[in-house]
Amino acid sequence: MAADEAEKARGKRAALAFAAVALVLGLPLWWKTTETYRASLPYAGISALGSLRFQLTVPVSVVFAKGALPGAQQRRLPFADTQEKESLLNPKTSITSRYETTYRSATVTEQAALATAAVQEADAALLLLQEDSLGALTVYVIPEISPLLPQGVGVYVGKHRSAVMRCPQGPGDVLAAVSARVQQIVQAMSFTTDSITAALSDRVPMDQLGTDTRRPFKSSLGYEITFSLLNPDPKSHDVHWDIEAAVSGYVQPFLDKLGLVANFSVDSQILYYAVLGVSPRFDKASSSFILSALSLPHVINPVEARLGSSATSLYPVLNFLLYVPERVHSPLYIQDKDGAAVGTNAFHSPRWGGIMVYNVDHPAPDKALLPLRVDVDMVRVMEVFLAQLRLLFGISQVPLPEEFLLESPGNKGLTDWELDRLLWTRTVENIATVSTTLTSLAQLLDKIGNIVIKDDVASEVYHAVASAQTAMLELASGHLGSAFQASKEAVISSERAFFDPSLLHLLYFPDDQKFAIYIPLFLPMAVPILLSLVKILREAKQSKKEPTKTD
Amino acid sequence: MAWAVAAVLGLLLLLGSPGGCGGSPGPPRDSLREELLLSPLPSGDIAATFQFRARWDSELHREGVSHYRLFPKALGQLISKYLVRELHLSLTQGFWRTRTWGQPYLQAPAGAELWVWFQDSVTDVDKAWKELSNILSGIFCASLNFIDSTNTVTPTASFKPLGLANVTDHHLLRYAVLPREIVCTENLTPWKKLLPCSSKAGLAVLLKAERLFHTSYHSQAVHIRPICRDASCLSVSWELRQTLTVVFDTFSIGQGKRDWSLFKMFSRTVTEACPLASESKIYVDISSKTQENELLEVTPPPLSVHEASVQGDRRTYAVYDLLSPLLFNVSRSLNVQLKWKRPQDSLDLSTPVLHAQRYVSGYGLQTGEISTLIYNTHPYRAFPVILLETVPWYLRLYVHTLVITTKGKENKPSYIHYQPAQDRRRPHLLEMLIQLPANSVTKITIQFERALLKWTEYTPDPNHGFYVSPSVLSALVPSVLAMKAEDAEKSPLFTSLFPSADGSSYFVRLYTEPLLVNLPTPDFSMPYNVICLTCTVVAVCYGSFYNLLTRTFHVEEPSRGGLAKRLANIIRKVRGVPPL
Repeated sequence: MAADEAEKARGKRAALAFAAVALVLGLPLWWKTTETYRASLPYAGISALGSLRFQLTVPVSVVFAKGALPGAQQRRLPFADTQEKESLLNPKTSITSRYETTYRSATVTEQAALATAAVQEADAALLLLQEDSLGALTVYVIPEISPLLPQGVGVYVGKHRSAVMRCPQGPGDVLAAVSARVQQIVQAMSFTTDSITAALSDRVPMDQLGTDTRRPFKSSLGYEITFSLLNPDPKSHDVHWDIEAAVSGYVQPFLDKLGLVANFSVDSQILYYAVLGVSPRFDKASSSFILSALSLPHVINPVEARLGSSATSLYPVLNFLLYVPERVHSPLYIQDKDGAAVGTNAFHSPRWGGIMVYNVDHPAPDKALLPLRVDVDMVRVMEVFLAQLRLLFGISQVPLPEEFLLESPGNKGLTDWELDRLLWTRTVENIATVSTTLTSLAQLLDKIGNIVIKDDVASEVYHAVASAQTAMLELASGHLGSAFQASKEAVISSERAFFDPSLLHLLYFPDDQKFAIYIPLFLPMAVPILLSLVKILREAKQSKKEPTKTD
Repeated sequence: MAWAVAAVLGLLLLLGSPGGCGGSPGPPRDSLREELLLSPLPSGDIAATFQFRARWDSELHREGVSHYRLFPKALGQLISKYLVRELHLSLTQGFWRTRTWGQPYLQAPAGAELWVWFQDSVTDVDKAWKELSNILSGIFCASLNFIDSTNTVTPTASFKPLGLANVTDHHLLRYAVLPREIVCTENLTPWKKLLPCSSKAGLAVLLKAERLFHTSYHSQAVHIRPICRDASCLSVSWELRQTLTVVFDTFSIGQGKRDWSLFKMFSRTVTEACPLASESKIYVDISSKTQENELLEVTPPPLSVHEASVQGDRRTYAVYDLLSPLLFNVSRSLNVQLKWKRPQDSLDLSTPVLHAQRYVSGYGLQTGEISTLIYNTHPYRAFPVILLETVPWYLRLYVHTLVITTKGKENKPSYIHYQPAQDRRRPHLLEMLIQLPANSVTKITIQFERALLKWTEYTPDPNHGFYVSPSVLSALVPSVLAMKAEDAEKSPLFTSLFPSADGSSYFVRLYTEPLLVNLPTPDFSMPYNVICLTCTVVAVCYGSFYNLLTRTFHVEEPSRGGLAKRLANIIRKVRGVPPL
């Protein structure tokens, strides 16, 4: 009987040893061999990026020319003043505009520059005196009676980063009036809450925004600009365009100026037998063909099949089409919603590009003389395309009071302060994009445990978070240039992390397959171990009860 | 919804006159030529070969040139980005039967073939090749993205640049064939889109997918190469040839008659030339007419007749120049017809000088043998041929079994380049220069062993078999007739693609049949069987082992017995036998 007891105890110990080996050796081994490698990610940083509290600081210096201020107030110069305005877009997004204004009187050289006859010359002369830094603005205040500005013009906004304004006269605090006016100028030359809100359109409900905000292209690291000449009727028209000269003459200076914002590549092609998707309506009164605004959405799709996507890059494409209508359909005019002919005979499609219809004059209706040689007037075409290009990049006009005079951007098609405006919105947009990308990546990784996170993906995420934080700090300290560069780096890193192919490797591993493999392997082992454990437990319980029984 | 018309663009741009804008534009720097060659084949079928040649006088590799006219933008960007010197892509359905159809003008292997020469400034050729094939796969909707290191080879002798080249370092060459690729309408549409006139005008009107794929052979190709701009050859022009060859079975389309017309074949007729083309011609091969005295009749009567020596043969072509105003004077459309005057069935099946065939032999699933037969039917001239074999790694070639016999004697190749395969990395490459004696058959055999694949490496239909790409024969074939060197630009079609050494021989590249080899195929429910088996083994071994160690054994006291014993006792009682 004792031997039997000993045998029983040995059996118990063996079962326990089995269970222990399975627990101590088997379980960790299985855990180790089937675990997916997940590098640690800065989840705290990412969730901090989720709520964006932008602080945008614009350094402004207001320079008073001699005689602009009454003596008493002149003595208060120089001094500094900071104004802040906060607006809350939604619980997680807010914008604080901060204007750090310094007031000082003009130096001798500035005084001399302001004394020139024409304001354009003054603008050019003052450019040399300013330190060239992105985002920093200078406003020159000249006396009310100064002949520098033409009659009826209160404010002149130059080509660069400066403006000239007349000192408002009147009773009361002149400085307060000046600062109110300066505020208006600075908003026009840097950003307004609306323009920043438009850049954050992804984070704000749609109904708060107008249709115009959906027009500009999303911020991207590069763009492909394609000019296409569509000639649906090569039998009648032999169309030539000097696109090379037009691009180097008009588009390239504009793009050189924008080179800071993104990379651009320009190409052109001629497509024959490419027709629009709708047939135009004949208008007897003007004996011309009409393309109404309602049918324009149907125009692009059939053409797009021929345009061909860019095979060699992943950047978004901006298409500019010059359409020379068929002989039987010309002249062709675009009509707007009110039925009036569109002056430029062109239209644009948001985030896609623009189309211009170029009618050919028909001096010879004689068929024998066909094809007619047509040389496209590139100045006319490029005026329209450049204006559309500006619209598509979101460099649009700011509504300004009557007395403001804007200097034309000149040959480059873009003023310095317009570039600043673009950089302000693009920086904010980039940071918002990074925040969205990283937040969704973190959510995705959190949700799906199978995804492998490699070290290089993790380092990209760290870099993106760090760059986005730097960009926010630089914005707050008023360094627009470095803020933009940092935001660009953050976008590159975050996209690289998000689209890394290694994230997909183990993604498809359904649970039913796992069970199909695990159950046959583990069931025959696990069941006896568990059963004997249960038995041992039951016996232990009984042996505890037994002494009370014997009592 | 999001469409907005910028009715008035409020911005008036004061654009200055750009520098260098003035002056009249020079003559067009690009040109297009379109040709169609209709040639009745010895077997009675008819081959139609289209060729669209776009030529661009521009340095594509120079930075900043990106204004395209006749040259398609997609291909131009590709060449300038990946620094391609030469690109040849063909997509083929069916097999050109050299024996019965005669020497092809430009044969292509069944499936997809791509070979590219890169510029010597390319540092990582493999990377460029990979990206290039992926982009081409997107452009032509073909599975070229399956080109990887396991089917790419670098031939040393077979594929020389066809265009202007001073570099012949074969490390810049990549060659791949996908014999499994199936060619269909989705590949034709992007090919047609590259034509300047699309399929709206000119000869391209005839390219109706429905008819083109109802043929015995369909091959479409794109060849890009640099050529000399002029005779002095100081600057480079780029040439894009888009070719399409189809072979119609005339018996099936003509209800048993061998007469044919454009309308019968393509269900369209030609009404005009492409207005952008500087040359637009239809050639009809009427060589048999002159030989056998008015056997056939072509309507409408051709405006001119062109004689040329093509591939060692004197050929006569009826030429229809679509740009000539005389052609459309009589009727608005051109429907070229050919009628045979008397039914003649004894057309001489003159076999071509060089042809080849290939088959796989052997039995069982372990070993096999690839045999290639190369025929030289030239009555008195011997000539060398370069043979290129690419065999996938899962057929393990034994080079010591390579046997080349001609007329019962061993034929020793004068040049052999062999690169053995590496499992899952690269295929076998075997290149040989073999001398073919006059009027002979050369048999090349090599044995192989079939490898076992991993179960995820099998194709979705493994019992169909695995393709082995065709072997390539390149040779300078001596012509039977004496030929005079001609102006290559004038003669039709492909004669100008391959360089001809002199008048006495011509270049031929032939492809043999692709092979279909069965590999040992496992039962694909195997993994689950394995799981079940392990489960059983584990349960039996482990279970008994576990029981042995944990159970306690002791002798059971005899008891009253269970149900079975009681039942047995009842039965025994009934039978009158003493109970247990």
